[in-house]
Amino acid sequence: MRLARVTLIWAALAAAVGVPLALAAASPLLAWRDPVYILACFAGIIALGLVLVQPLLIGGYLPGLPAYRGRRVHQWIGGALVVTLVVHVAGLWITSPPDMIDALLFSSPTPFSPFGVTAMWAIFAVALLAALRRRWGLRPRTWRIAHMSLAVVIVGGSVIHSMLVEGTMETVSKATLCTLVLGAAIVVMADLLTWRKRATPRRESTARR
Amino acid sequence: MTSVLLNRRRLLAAGGSVLATGLSGLLLPARAQGLAPTDSMPGGTNNYRKGAAIVDRIGKGGFWMSGTVRRAGDGAPLAGQRIQIWAHTTEGREHEPQSHGATLTDKNGAFRLEMPQIIPIFGQPHGHLAYDSGEFKAVFLRPVMRSVKDTSLEAHFVLQPA
Repeated sequence: MRLARVTLIWAALAAAVGVPLALAAASPLLAWRDPVYILACFAGIIALGLVLVQPLLIGGYLPGLPAYRGRRVHQWIGGALVVTLVVHVAGLWITSPPDMIDALLFSSPTPFSPFGVTAMWAIFAVALLAALRRRWGLRPRTWRIAHMSLAVVIVGGSVIHSMLVEGTMETVSKATLCTLVLGAAIVVMADLLTWRKRATPRRESTARR
Repeated sequence: MTSVLLNRRRLLAAGGSVLATGLSGLLLPARAQGLAPTDSMPGGTNNYRKGAAIVDRIGKGGFWMSGTVRRAGDGAPLAGQRIQIWAHTTEGREHEPQSHGATLTDKNGAFRLEMPQIIPIFGQPHGHLAYDSGEFKAVFLRPVMRSVKDTSLEAHFVLQPA
């Protein structure tokens, strides 16, 4: 029974990320795109998939990866997310420099660009904070608030960006993946907020008043 | 989902034009009589190559780009105006020379040029058109197709003296 549950969860995650990837790989648009552009597109889809995995790891929802171990994997996937974004932006820049420059300067005609670019900066900011928070002596509470706020921007920005793009992704699988990304983020953030409230020692909460 | 996007786009376009006419009527009563010049669109100049040749057809064709060119103020049709057209199509990327071509307006100020099917690039199926001949102020348009499956697209120019 436990094995069935474990298999089911991992299979569902694999399908949530794999099906949109497979359907995008079958997109007729690919025939008219060169390899660099295709690579950039898929880097974007993979990034969206990683944004789904991140909260699941922190919440300890993935079997075999309880929250304390999931945190370690979460950090590695965070690094991978930065890499996929760099590939996404670099590939699009090579494909059409003026369009990418417009997007980065928030002056593009496409309504989805500012959402994607904002989410990108939020991801870079989290990565930078994560790398430097020990050196800067960031208090855990400050770090948590910063990371959570940026996570809201990342999830919201990525989902709106993806939904508005008319590209290689198939619409239903894209909408499903986006719904899961939103759902996972909301559930895990709600978890974290209630855990923290429960875990807050009385001394700290009275001291704050 | 596509239909939702379509409706939203139509709604925005309709709402926008109502707003634009309503507001300009309220705010600029003096100019309400004359035809206002077309502004260039954001991203309109992207991948422009100056001086593409006047052609009967771009590539193998199959898709129609059409529109009109008129004079600001009185709205008189402008004949013999050179309009350059380019897009990401089934036959080439936006910046490639074979994706570019130009045509002239007829005596009614209308133009129409056959080109290969436009396909989405950078998340939107769109074309580019330019008036950049010097007599009037340059205008760069970037119309977006209502549906990826459309086989035609329109863009209209209202030009003002340079």
